[in-house]
Amino acid sequence: MSIFSSASNVAAREPEPRPETPALEASGLSFSYGGGHQALSDVNFAVARGEIFGFLGPNGGGKTTLFRLLSTLIPIQSGEIRVLGHDFRSGTLAIRCRMGIVFQHPSVDGKLTVAENLAHHGHLYGISGRRLRERSAAMLERLGLATRAADRVETLSGGLRRRVELAKALLHEPRLLLLDEPSTGLDPVARREFFGYLHHLREIDGVTIVLTTHHMEEAERCDRIAILNQGRMVATAPPGELKSQVGGDVIVIRAPEPEMLQRKLMHQLKLASTMVDGMIRIERPRGHELVREMVDAFGSEIDSVTFGKPTLEDVFVHLTGHQFATSEAGDPS
Amino acid sequence: MSNLILQAGTLWMREIVRFVRQRSRVTGALLQPLLFWLVLGAGLAASFQPSGMPKGTGYAEYFYPGVIMLVLLFTAIFGTVSTIEDRREGFLQGVLVAPVSRTTVVMGQALGGTTLALVQGLIFLVLAPFAGIHLTLAAVLVSGAMMAVIAFALTSIGLIIAWRMESTQGFHVIVNMILIPVWLLSGAFFPQTGVPAWLEWPMRLNPLSYGMSALRRALYLGQPESFCSLTSFHWSVVVSIVFAVAMFAMAARVARHSSPV
Repeated sequence: MSIFSSASNVAAREPEPRPETPALEASGLSFSYGGGHQALSDVNFAVARGEIFGFLGPNGGGKTTLFRLLSTLIPIQSGEIRVLGHDFRSGTLAIRCRMGIVFQHPSVDGKLTVAENLAHHGHLYGISGRRLRERSAAMLERLGLATRAADRVETLSGGLRRRVELAKALLHEPRLLLLDEPSTGLDPVARREFFGYLHHLREIDGVTIVLTTHHMEEAERCDRIAILNQGRMVATAPPGELKSQVGGDVIVIRAPEPEMLQRKLMHQLKLASTMVDGMIRIERPRGHELVREMVDAFGSEIDSVTFGKPTLEDVFVHLTGHQFATSEAGDPS
Repeated sequence: MSNLILQAGTLWMREIVRFVRQRSRVTGALLQPLLFWLVLGAGLAASFQPSGMPKGTGYAEYFYPGVIMLVLLFTAIFGTVSTIEDRREGFLQGVLVAPVSRTTVVMGQALGGTTLALVQGLIFLVLAPFAGIHLTLAAVLVSGAMMAVIAFALTSIGLIIAWRMESTQGFHVIVNMILIPVWLLSGAFFPQTGVPAWLEWPMRLNPLSYGMSALRRALYLGQPESFCSLTSFHWSVVVSIVFAVAMFAMAARVARHSSPV
C-alpha cells in the first residue's frame, strides 16, 4: 500500500457510519430560480444504504434542480441534505469524495483516450501512481473496456461512452452513485445492459444508487421511486405498491364527444369517470367485463377503448390528474 | 499541497494534450497574426515612421512585438472560451463536483492557457530576423519570461469572462468590444508618443501597455538603442506582474461564485 494523503484515502480510513444511517436524506428542500419560479417545494426523502432509488417525473418537474443540488453543483437555499450522515453545508468535501456522479451530458473528454480520462479523474480525487493504475485496470475490466483503453472516447459508440462515464464515476470507490437520466441516448438493448450493471454494482459492492428519469421502464427497475410533479413529491413507494394504489384495471376511451359520453356513462351505467386531456378514464377492478358492456351500449359513440393493468404512467395520472407527456415543459427527447 | 499540484497539474496537462490533438487550433492562432503582420507591415511601411523609436525603425519592425502580443491574446482567449460549454455539457461538469477548490481549477486552466500561448509566442520569435530584430540568447529568455507573464494575465482575463458567460456568442462580443481595443491601445499598433491627449490617457492607464513596453525592451535586450519614450523596464515588469496576479485572483473569485445554472 503506497503512502499518500489523498482525500479518498481519508474516506477509506474513517469508520463506516452506523448501518441505520441513510445513504442520502433530504428534508424541507426548496429551491427557486431568480425569476421567482419555484423549482422545488418542501421535498423530503430518505434513501437506505444499498437501495436503488429513482426520481420519476416529467421534464420541468424539478428533477434537474434536485440533481444539481444533490451533486453539489448549486448551493442549498433552504432545507437540508445529508450524505451518509455528513451535512451538505459543512461537509461538502467529505461528501464529494463519497459520491460518484454520472451526468446526463457526457463529462468525458472526447479528444482524450479512455485511460487518460480515468487518469485525470483519479488525479482530481487525489488518486495517482500505482493505486490509479490498479483502480483503472479494475474498472476497465469490469465494464468490458479493457481493450479500448487506448482509444479516444470520440471514436466509441454511445453505449461504450456511457460505460466510460460509469467507470469514471466509480474510479474513486464512491458509496453513493448519482445518475441524471442515465439512459439518455441509449438504445433499449444498451439501456437494459446498463441497468443490469447497476444492479450488479449494488449486489457486489453495496453501492447506493440514486437516479432521475422520465422513462417508465427505467423507473420500474428501481427498488423505490419518488414521483416529482411541479417541484413537489407526490408519492414515494416501490413501483408495484404505487401501481396497486390505482383501482384495478385502467380503461381509457377516446370519443368524438367525450363530455356527452361521460354523462351518458354516469346516467345509464352509473359509472364514475375522470376526464384527462380530452379522454375518459375509468379505474376499476374486472375492467374487461365493463369494456364489453360499454361497447354494446355506446359502440357508435366511441373511437377507441384501451384497457390494461395499471402502469407507472397510470399512477402519475391517478396522482396528478395529468398525462405524463403533456406535463412535460419542453421535452428535449 | 501535493494534492493541489496533482489536481492543477492534471488540468494543465489536459489543456496541452487537447491543443496538440487539434492541429487547426495551432495553425489558426499563428496564421492570422502572421497575415496581419505581413499585410500591415508591408502596407504601412511607406507612410509610417514610428515616433519615439530609434531612427530607421520601419513599421514591420515596430509592429512585430505587437503581433506577438496578438498571438498571445488569441491563444489565451480562444483557449479559455471552451470553459463556457465545458462546464455545462462537458468535462468541467465532473471537475466541478470533484473535491477540488475552484482556485485550483482556475490555476490549472490558467497555466494551461499560458503554456500554449507561450509556445506559440516563442514559435513566432523565429521570425524576428525578418523584422530586423537580432535576438541574443538573453533577449530570447527575458522575452519568453515576459510573454509568460503577459499570457498568464490574458488567460486569466479570458477565464474571468468565460466563467461569467452563459453562451459563447456573448464571449465573442466581449472579445471584439473590449479585448481588441485594449490591444490596439497598448502601443502594439502605434506608439503612445505624439497621440492626442484623449488617446494618450487610455493608453497610459491600459495595463497591457506596460506588458507591451516590457516585451519591446526585452526583445532589444543588450542592444545600445534606447527607447526614451517607453516606460522603464523595471516599472513595466512590476506593473505587468501585479496585473497578472490581480487578474488571476479575480478569475478565481468569479469561478468560485459561478454556478452552472
